Amino acid sequence: MQRKSSSLVLGAYALLIVVMLAVPFIGIYPVLVMKVICFAIFACAFNLLFGYTGLLSFGHAAFFGSAAYATGWIVRALNVSPEVGVLFGVVIAAALGLVVGAIAIRRQGIYFAMITLALAQMVYFACLQMPFTHGEDGLQGVPRGRLFGALSLDSDLAMYYFVLGVAIVVFVFIRRIVHSPYGQVLKAIRENEPRAISLGYAVDRYKLLAFVLSSALAGLAGSMKTLVLGFATLSDVHWSMSGEVILMTLLGGLGTFFGPVLGAGIVISLQDGLADRAGSWVTVIIGVIFVVCVLLFRKGIVGEYVAFRARRNAKSRAGVVAQ
Amino acid sequence: MKFKQLAGAAAVASLFAMGSAQAQISGDTIKIGFITDMSGLYSDIDGPNGAEAIRMAIADMGGMINGKKVELLVADHQNKADVAASKLREWIDTQGLDMIIGGTNSGTNLAMAKVALEKKKPLISIGAGTNRMTNEECTPYTIHYAYDTVALAQVTGSQIVKNGGKSWYFLSADYAFGASLEKDTTDVVKANGGTVIGTAKHPLAASDFSAFLLQAQASKAQILGLANAGGDTINSIKAAKEFGISKTMKIAGLLVFINDVHSLGLPTAQGLLVTDSWYWDKDDQTRAWSKRFFEKAKKEPSSLQAADYSATMFYLNAVKATGTDDADKVMAQMRKSKINDFYAKDGYIREDGRMIHEMYLLEVKAQADSKYPWDYYKLVAKVPGEQAFLSPAKSVCPLLKKTS
Amino acid sequence: MTEVLGIPIQALFGQLLLGLVNGSFYALLSLGLAVIFGLLGIVNFAHGALYMMGAYAAWIMLEKFGINYWFALVLAPLVIGLLGIVIERLLLKRLYKLDPVYGLLLTFGLALIAEGIFRDQYGVSGQSYAVPDALQGATDIGFMVLPNYRAWVVLASVVVCFATWFLIEKTRLGSTLRAATENAPLVQAFGVNVPVMVMCTYGAGAALAGLAGVLAAPVIQVTPLMGSNLIIVVFAVVVIGGMGSILGSIVTGLVLGLIEGLTRAGFFASVLSIPFDALFGPGNQGSSLVSILVGPVASNVVVFIIMIIVLILRPAGLFGKGA
Repeated sequence: MQRKSSSLVLGAYALLIVVMLAVPFIGIYPVLVMKVICFAIFACAFNLLFGYTGLLSFGHAAFFGSAAYATGWIVRALNVSPEVGVLFGVVIAAALGLVVGAIAIRRQGIYFAMITLALAQMVYFACLQMPFTHGEDGLQGVPRGRLFGALSLDSDLAMYYFVLGVAIVVFVFIRRIVHSPYGQVLKAIRENEPRAISLGYAVDRYKLLAFVLSSALAGLAGSMKTLVLGFATLSDVHWSMSGEVILMTLLGGLGTFFGPVLGAGIVISLQDGLADRAGSWVTVIIGVIFVVCVLLFRKGIVGEYVAFRARRNAKSRAGVVAQ
Repeated sequence: MKFKQLAGAAAVASLFAMGSAQAQISGDTIKIGFITDMSGLYSDIDGPNGAEAIRMAIADMGGMINGKKVELLVADHQNKADVAASKLREWIDTQGLDMIIGGTNSGTNLAMAKVALEKKKPLISIGAGTNRMTNEECTPYTIHYAYDTVALAQVTGSQIVKNGGKSWYFLSADYAFGASLEKDTTDVVKANGGTVIGTAKHPLAASDFSAFLLQAQASKAQILGLANAGGDTINSIKAAKEFGISKTMKIAGLLVFINDVHSLGLPTAQGLLVTDSWYWDKDDQTRAWSKRFFEKAKKEPSSLQAADYSATMFYLNAVKATGTDDADKVMAQMRKSKINDFYAKDGYIREDGRMIHEMYLLEVKAQADSKYPWDYYKLVAKVPGEQAFLSPAKSVCPLLKKTS
Repeated sequence: MTEVLGIPIQALFGQLLLGLVNGSFYALLSLGLAVIFGLLGIVNFAHGALYMMGAYAAWIMLEKFGINYWFALVLAPLVIGLLGIVIERLLLKRLYKLDPVYGLLLTFGLALIAEGIFRDQYGVSGQSYAVPDALQGATDIGFMVLPNYRAWVVLASVVVCFATWFLIEKTRLGSTLRAATENAPLVQAFGVNVPVMVMCTYGAGAALAGLAGVLAAPVIQVTPLMGSNLIIVVFAVVVIGGMGSILGSIVTGLVLGLIEGLTRAGFFASVLSIPFDALFGPGNQGSSLVSILVGPVASNVVVFIIMIIVLILRPAGLFGKGA
C-alpha cells in the first residue's frame, strides 16, 4: 500500500501536528485542550480493548481513576518529579488491570462486561474509604512539579507541550501494536474466537495482555489528567466515567485509529459548553447519543465515513476496512 | 486507509479550532463568581436564592463601582470538588474573574481555596462549614465569612453536654464537613466531661439512613449527634422518628438552617437546639432586609443567603474604597474594615481569614408558640465571636499572630 | 439484653431485616433481568431506571392525583410495563441480530436519558413518600422491634417472586416462553406469535422493576439516582446466581441481602476476630484489620467479593448452566 497515498497521509499528520503545536497561540483555552488530549488517550486505550480485541470493559474508569489517585498521592506526599509520578500511576493501573483482567476473562461476552463493571465498583468503594484519597473531597492541590527535576511545568504552555509530546508517543505506540503480528491476532480473536483457538493461539494470554496494555494506557491518561488539572476525585473512578469513555469510542469509531480522539473531543467540548446552560440535560444528551449510535451509527463517525468512501470507491479494497 | 487518516486528522484539527471560550481579560468589569450547590441536597439553604441575594447586593450598589460594571457568574458544582475547582480555574483564566464567593459544601470550598491561592484571587467562603478553611488550610486569600464547625460545636455542643447529654453517638456525612464537625464536637464534648461512644459515617446525600441509625441505637448513647446538613439532616431526623429512636436518644442537629426546620415542620423539629450566625426575625433591620428577600424568593432567607448579600456588599465597598479590583489591595482593605450591617455588628476579619462576629443559640419553638409563618426560633443565648470561634492559641494557621 | 458474639440481638436482627429488605429488591430485580436476558438476549441496564420510574410514578400519582399506595401498587407497574413495551417495539427489537453488548449499551443510554430527565425535573435531593397508614408503626416481637412496612416489603416480594417462578416453570405459558428461549423459529412455526410474546416479556420484566420501585418508595428517598446505585449490585447478583435459573436468581438475591445485613451488623468481623483475639488478646492489629475488611464498612462491597469468589470457584455461577 505504499502508493503516493503515504505522502498524503504524512502530510495530514504534519498538518495536524502543526495545528496542535499552535493551539496555545490561537486563543483556545489550553487547559481544555489538555483535558481533551488526556481523554483521547483514555479513549484510544479503551479502543485497543473493545475496538481491536472485541472485549467490552464497562469498568475502565477503575484504571483511569486509580492511576489518577496514585500519581496525585505520590507527587503530593513524596514530592517526586512528574515523570516518576506518571510512571507510578501507570504501574498501579497495569497491576490493577492484571488482577481485574485475570478474573474477568474467565467469562465471555456480556458476562465479561458485567464483571468488569462490578469490579470497578469495588475499586470505587475502596477509593471512597481509603484515607489518602480524601473520599468525597478528592485529592486536591497536586503540584505539577519540575520535569526531570529541571523544567517547571507550572505554566500552562510548558504543561501543554509535555502532554502533547506524551500523546504523540502514545499514539505511535498504539499504532505499532495494532499493526504488529500481535495486533493481527487480537483482530482474529475479535472476529472469531473459536477459530483463533483452533489455530492454536493461547487466546486467554493474548486477551490478558491486551487488557493490561489497555489499562496501563488508561492509567497514563489518568495520571496526566491529575497533573493537568491538579486533582483526582471520585468522579474519576465512577461508573459514569466508564460509560463516557465507551461513548467517546463508539461515537468516534470503534476500531478506527482517530475515531476515539474525535469522540473524546466532541464529548468533552459538549460537556464543557453545555454544563452551565443545561445541567442535567447533558446526561440526557449523552444518553441520546448512545441510543442513536447503537441503532444507526455503530461504526461511529470515522467508521461511517470510511465505509461511505469504501462504497463509493469502485476499486476493490483488499484487506480489512478497520485498520 | 488514507481517507480515514485524512478524515480523522482534518476532523480533529477543525474540532480544536472550533474550541472553547476565547481568552478574555476584562480590565473594565468587576466579575464576581458564585459556585454552589444549585440542584442537590444543599440547594435550599443557599443555591439559586443565594445568587439572588448577591444580585440584590450588586443592584443596591448601583451595578457599577467607580465607573466599572459589576457582573455575576454563577455555576452549579453539583457537590463535586473537581467541577468547582475546574470552573473556578476556567473563569480566572478566560473570564478575568476578580473574586469568588464559595457556596455550600466544604470539600468544594477547600478545592477552590487552593485554586484561589494559586491564582491569587480572593475567595469569600460562605457556605462551607469546615474550620480547616482558616486553620490547617488557611491562605492569605481565603476569608471564611459566616460560620464554621468549631462555632457550631462550641455553642450547640457545650450547651447540650451542660444540659446533661454526656454520652454521644455521631452520624456523620463522610466528607470534609462531616469529619470536621464530628471532630470539633468530639473535642467540646470531651472538654466538658462527656464521652463519645461511637460514630457511623454515611455517604453524602444518602438515600437510606436506617442501617446507620440501627448502629446508633445499638450503642445506647444518650445523644445522637448529626454531623451533617441540609437534606441529610432532614432525612436522618425523619428516619430516626420512623425507627422510634427519638424515644431513646435525644437528637442533636449540629447544623440546621431555617429551611430544614421548614421542611421538617415544627412538630418534628421542636426542641432542637440550633447554632446559627443570623436569623431573619432578630431585629427590625434584619426583618426589613428579609422582607425584600421574601418578595423575590417567596421564602425567608437562611443565614447563608443573608451572608451572600453582606459579603458582596463588603467586597464591593472595599473595591470602591481602594479604587481598584487588584486582589492584594482589596484583601488588605477588607482586613482593615469592619462589617456593620444587618448581618453582623462589629464584625472583622482576623489574620487567618476568619470573620469574627456574634453567633446565636436558638431553640425551635413548639407549634403552639409559633405565631406567624416562619416564626420558628426563640433565642436562647448570644455568644460573642471571640468565644465561639477557634481561639488563636489552638490554631495551627501560620498567619495568626498568637497572643500569649 | 442478650448478645450474639458481642452484637446486641436487637441490632443483629434489625440489620438482618434491613438486609432481607435489600435482598427482596435484589431478588425482584435480578428476576426481571434474568427473564429479559433469557428471552431477549439483552442485558437490560435500564432495569434500574425502570425501578426508579416506578417509584416516581407512585409518588406522582400520590402528589398530583391523590392515588394512594394500594392503587399505585397495581397502576405504576402497569404504566412502567407499557413503557417497557414501547421501548421494546421502537428500539430493542432492532438489536436482536447484533452482539449482546449493543443491547447493554443501548439500555445504558436509556438509563442515562431517564436519569437526566428526572434529575432535571426533580433535582437530586429526593422526595419522600409516606408509608401507607395500614402499615405504619412497628410491632414488638420480643427480640426486636419490627417495622411493619418493611416486613410487608419482604412478604410482598417473596410472593411476587414465587408467583413469577410458578408462572414460568409450571404453567403452559411459561413453558412456551422457555421453549421460545431455546428455539424461537420452531416455536413460531407452531403458530405462537413470538414477537408479541417477546414484547410482553420485556413489558413484564419492566413491570416487575416498576413494582420493586413502588415497594421501595416509602423506604428509600425517591431520587433519580436510586436505580443506578442498585443496578450494579444486581448485576453482580446475577453473575453470582447465573442467569439461567429463575429460582437461582431469587434465592441468590435474598441470601446476598442477608449476608449484606450480617456484614453491616459486624457479624463477620466478630466471627473472624475470634481466632485473633484468642491468640493475641483483645484490641490487636489483626482484629482491627479484620473489622476494616469485613466489618460494617465492607457491606457495600461484600456482594462483589462474593462474586469474585464464585467466579474463581464456579465460573458459570451458582445455578448457571454454562457461560
